[in-house]
Amino acid sequence: MLIVVNTISSLVHLFSVKYMEGDAKYSRYYAHLGLFTFSMIGLVLTNNILLMYVFWELVGISSYLLIGFWYENKAPQEAAKKAFIVNRVGDVGFFLGIMIIFLTLGTFNFSEIFAGVAAGKLSGGLLTVTGILLFCGAIGKSAQFPLHVWLPDAMEGPTPVSALIHAATMVAAGVYLTARIFIMLSADALTVVVYIGLITSFISATIALTQNDIKRVLAYSTISQLGYMIMAIGIGAYSYGIFHLVTHAFFKACLFLTAGSVIYGMHHVQDINEMGGLRKKMPITFFTFLMATLAISGVPFTSGFLSKDSILAATLVFADVNGGINYIVPFFAFLTAGLTAFYMFRLLIKTFLGEPKNGEKFDHVHESPFSMTLPLIILAVMSFFAFFSFNPFGAESGWFLEMVKAPESLLVGTQGAIYHIIERAEYQELTHHFHYLAMILSLVIAGLGILVAYAFYYWKKVDVEKLTEKIYPLYKFSLNKWYFDELYDKTIISGTMMLSNISRWIDNNIVDGFVNGSAFITKMTSEGSGKFDNYFVDGLVNFVGGLVAFFGLIFRKFQTGRIQTYVAFLVFGIILLYFIFRVM
Amino acid sequence: MEITFNHFLILSAILFGLGLYAMISRRNAILVLMGIELILNSANINLIAFSKFGALGVDGQMISIFVIILAVAEAAIALAIILNLYNNILTVNIDEANTMKD
Repeated sequence: MLIVVNTISSLVHLFSVKYMEGDAKYSRYYAHLGLFTFSMIGLVLTNNILLMYVFWELVGISSYLLIGFWYENKAPQEAAKKAFIVNRVGDVGFFLGIMIIFLTLGTFNFSEIFAGVAAGKLSGGLLTVTGILLFCGAIGKSAQFPLHVWLPDAMEGPTPVSALIHAATMVAAGVYLTARIFIMLSADALTVVVYIGLITSFISATIALTQNDIKRVLAYSTISQLGYMIMAIGIGAYSYGIFHLVTHAFFKACLFLTAGSVIYGMHHVQDINEMGGLRKKMPITFFTFLMATLAISGVPFTSGFLSKDSILAATLVFADVNGGINYIVPFFAFLTAGLTAFYMFRLLIKTFLGEPKNGEKFDHVHESPFSMTLPLIILAVMSFFAFFSFNPFGAESGWFLEMVKAPESLLVGTQGAIYHIIERAEYQELTHHFHYLAMILSLVIAGLGILVAYAFYYWKKVDVEKLTEKIYPLYKFSLNKWYFDELYDKTIISGTMMLSNISRWIDNNIVDGFVNGSAFITKMTSEGSGKFDNYFVDGLVNFVGGLVAFFGLIFRKFQTGRIQTYVAFLVFGIILLYFIFRVM
Repeated sequence: MEITFNHFLILSAILFGLGLYAMISRRNAILVLMGIELILNSANINLIAFSKFGALGVDGQMISIFVIILAVAEAAIALAIILNLYNNILTVNIDEANTMKD
């Protein structure tokens, strides 16, 4: 994971040199990027769940800053806000989970937490709840259903940022978290994980079919692949999930950077309907894009084939072990694989092949400079199978899976509602069993997807326009992203608005009423006491003062300042006293 | 006629009365000072009379010598003050020496 973060981060830094050149906030961009990289490395390295939460938030804030990088425009502002708030929803769960852990186990250290769970200090329903709450954080950060809505909007940020944060590293943090806590997830929590991953990957794949913005297609494909990883970890294919995370990080970063290169070459056009025929103008970009597309579609000899295939095999094992309703897992997983191949080739064909749609723009297109193409080439080469395993048809013997061994779950043998955690060795045995079946199936499905894409968009065997008209409601549904934004707008956002309106009313009328009332009473009291003070107390004081002044006026007469007068008074006084005492 | 104790006392009282009168009624500072000297001397006569006719022995005379020395010192200081007063306001009329009153 550290390798992934560092490699991709440095390539993105290199790519950004040219891409962001001339931007007024060039230095700020790098500051944000550096902050992000720092927090991400911290997140990966820490062994403490609280510290992880801190870095988790730091990653969130740097993502917020980078999405809203062009904050002069309305859309990036909104997108940044949305990303931050939606993430916060998940983070609340994460935090609650941490608190439960601290309350029951009294530690934040991962190894001590696992030791505590193994010792049975945290078990049963509470363990399930904790697992799901922690997973909530992953849902937010990795843009899983139902919190996936922020990621496509996050594409408002600069494209290299999308490549780094919203494709390769930050969104993988959720997967990383799930993997980290995998061994303490109970069977029921894992069921939630599996189905969230499955739903996410399927929904976003269907949305990606109809999007026209090059970056949005990639965004939905990212969500879909993240769903795959989450699902893989959920079904116990821990190492495959991580494997897919790594391979995906490379080819998705490559896809995003090529998209960035295209946008750069097209002078900031992102609509794929405006593109076409770019292959001749941008050969390097085209070949790297092709390589990454093959990888994501799961074509043999690519890294994506290795990892995806393993996951698909694992879904078959999962269904086989648990049976029943769980057969929908491999079904939708394979379906999604086909859809992925289809929409990726749709993107490829519409962007690079065919005739240019916009002649005037097309004339000005040029290949990107070397410092931009170099990262593309490196990433594209990394999408080859050889970097992960020398056997192009199986990753088992490759160094990666040798290194990343799935840890044994602490809850082996427990039985959830529809989920049974089995031993790792048994699991691997079964995976081998299903490996070839999965490979053949996935090859067929991916091939079908690619063929259909070619038939639709390259050979034009099928009239796409007519087809969309025929299934117009479905098309519309997908184009509008299953109306998630509208749904949230109608329910949660307007609900919040209503709640705030009500509280505002209460605040305005009741709380303020109390405050105003008490203020009124205070005012009356102080007026009363002011009157008392003015008339009675002051009257008394003035009266005493007046009395003193009156006597002063009289006695002043005697104080002439002349010694002789005093002596005369003295003499008279003595005579007076003499008579008084003599007489009496 | 024999001079008795009462004669001394009457003389002393007359002298005291004259001194007091001078002290109260005069406006000139030097005359006031003279009045004070008269009062002191009337006290001296009293002391000597008691010394002569009473049981005090020479104590009364000793005290009157002290009083005379005191009167000398007092006259010296008072005259110096009056001289300064004259230097400052060109008069020795004590009614006009009222600058500290205001």
